[in-house]
Amino acid sequence: MATDTVDSTVLLEIYRRTARIYHADCKFRQMISTGELAIVYYPVRGQEVLAAAMMTALEHDDYLVTIYRGLHDQIAKGVPLKPLWAEFAGKRTGTCCGKGGPMHITHPESGLMVTTGIVGSGIPIATGLGLASQLAGDGKVTVCSFGDGATNIGAFHEGVNLASLWNLPVIFLCQNNRYGEHTKFEFTSTTETVAERGVAYGIRSVRVDGNDAAQMYAAAREAVEHARAGHGPTLIEAMTFRFNGHVFGDPGKYIPKEELEAAMAADPVPRLREQLLALDISPSTLDDIDAQAVQEVEEAAAFALNSGQPELRENRLDVLSEEILG
Amino acid sequence: MSELITFGQAYNLALAEAMENDEQVILLGEDVGDEQGGGVFKTMYGLSGRFGTDRVRSTPIAEQAILGAAVGSAIAGYRPVADIMFMNFLTVCMDQLVNHAAKLRFMSGGQTAVPLTVTTTTGTGRQFGGQHSDWLEAWLAHVPGLKVVTPSTPADAKALLLASIEDDDPTIFIQHIALMRAKGAAPAADHRVPLGKAAVVREGTDITVISYGARVRDCLQVAERLADQVSIEVVDLRTIAPFDEETVLRSVVKTQRAVVMHEAVKAFGVGAEIASRIHEELFGQLKAPVHRVGSKYSPVPFNPGLEQDWTANGGDLEVAIRKVMG
Ligand SMILES: Cc1ncc(C[n+]2csc(CCOP(=O)(O)OP(=O)(O)O)c2C)c(N)n1
Repeated sequence: MATDTVDSTVLLEIYRRTARIYHADCKFRQMISTGELAIVYYPVRGQEVLAAAMMTALEHDDYLVTIYRGLHDQIAKGVPLKPLWAEFAGKRTGTCCGKGGPMHITHPESGLMVTTGIVGSGIPIATGLGLASQLAGDGKVTVCSFGDGATNIGAFHEGVNLASLWNLPVIFLCQNNRYGEHTKFEFTSTTETVAERGVAYGIRSVRVDGNDAAQMYAAAREAVEHARAGHGPTLIEAMTFRFNGHVFGDPGKYIPKEELEAAMAADPVPRLREQLLALDISPSTLDDIDAQAVQEVEEAAAFALNSGQPELRENRLDVLSEEILG
Repeated sequence: MSELITFGQAYNLALAEAMENDEQVILLGEDVGDEQGGGVFKTMYGLSGRFGTDRVRSTPIAEQAILGAAVGSAIAGYRPVADIMFMNFLTVCMDQLVNHAAKLRFMSGGQTAVPLTVTTTTGTGRQFGGQHSDWLEAWLAHVPGLKVVTPSTPADAKALLLASIEDDDPTIFIQHIALMRAKGAAPAADHRVPLGKAAVVREGTDITVISYGARVRDCLQVAERLADQVSIEVVDLRTIAPFDEETVLRSVVKTQRAVVMHEAVKAFGVGAEIASRIHEELFGQLKAPVHRVGSKYSPVPFNPGLEQDWTANGGDLEVAIRKVMG
């Protein structure tokens, strides 16, 4: 798909979100390296454009369910950087008062309903959000993000089947980065693609280059319109790659050198920049967007570091609807 | 004489009333629709006819999807009742229950509540064999964030199921298979039972017997049978978790002796927790150690004679009471 099928203002918006994700990811890796932040972090470098394009096709109050590798999805969906950053750091000013942490970000105001650390488990929950929207007739669409590894879990099959059966407004967004932890997709999947599994459950299924902003956005747009029109779910298999190993610190020895080099040569972030320049967007416009993103990220990181710890009383709150005594 | 109803009718009345009172109450599960018979024990018969198949949805055989859809719709503002046909089938969707339903409120810092009720059945007496008769309440009670409820009379069954559905926390409501057609007094119009409150169902002065569900009936029978030898106070927990420590301790302060009885196997069960709490709080005031009565440490057998022998009964309780009385 050519970039000229997508409006340059849309591409610019995708770039804005991409820049925020890119600089946030870099900053997290840097802070962990220097010891400023001691957290387990699942880097999103390489998958930025995919998330930015998907979420640009959504409304602010559409729902999102994502996974531990979710920073790109969360930022793209519009979770404000300061509380997001503070939650990653476990601080009282975080989205979840420091009780969720990096793997469990929730921010309903931005539509982010669940971030889960259990592979595949968000899929049936997204189906339930879709059910709620169908019953309420509120026109919302739910996007459920997961990796290629998740498609071998029972929950994927149960959730996709139910969403298809009930024609629910859910988009199953498989971010196929070709590895599940240290294991290649080909070693775990009986089908060549994830998309063909969607076909088996009778839903619209597409496979796209998730690292191409225009292609990803067009696929996202179509899926959103399909869902809003009441035609049910779509499975998008968006091809991508992660440049930093499974978890930050994993040198990724299991990835063949040529594969990594080829992926990095096709880095989606400079690629999007090139596409925008080719559309006569000036370099300074893009530089300004980057500078703005850097500033927002720096402010968010400082906010997180300067925020206090949660009160210990938090452990008695939100376990049940009443405060736990004793 | 007051009117009699079965446990099954009580469940049906409660579900109908909850759906009548609140449009956000929906029911999901295998065979729950009228066309499919209204559930294996017909406890849901008539509901889809009355409230429509949008709100009363028969699902595929997919427990993860049922519970996941319930969690998703709950965080979006609905009050789902997810029917898991038999308690043993909870084992195939424990992820949704333990990692999501129980924790989303806490991990989100109170942003998302999960007002979900899981209805399920189990128990001995009808030869359902090893994979349909287990009591797993101790597993569930061990997870912070879940409430666990089981009634011992039809009147309480109705009130407790209504209270579970109206409650803002995820609640597991356990129905005893052998009691489905058992009869008891119909509830008075104003009969309400709050969650977390036990009932002293028989007053006594020599020993407290604490139980829940079908086994409360054994306790009452034994209390009656031994009435001229020992004065037995019977406490029906009604809610297993959170357990009503106050009512239990108050009774044991009075009697200074206690036995806990349940249908689950004795080892590592709810009885161990209750006995231990009594010992911790009242050690100096006890006239004898607290004893536990539970079923035999084996899978539930099929053969009727074996099953009867397996199940903790009034005879076992009597032995324990005599030991404690000295
Ligand atoms: C049910 C479950 N099993 C195993 C794990 C451990 N684990 C964490 S991430 C991961 C790989 C998942 O790969 P994929 O779904 O492709 O997502 P990606 O990390 O590539 O984004 C595994 C096995 C887990 N978190 N949950």
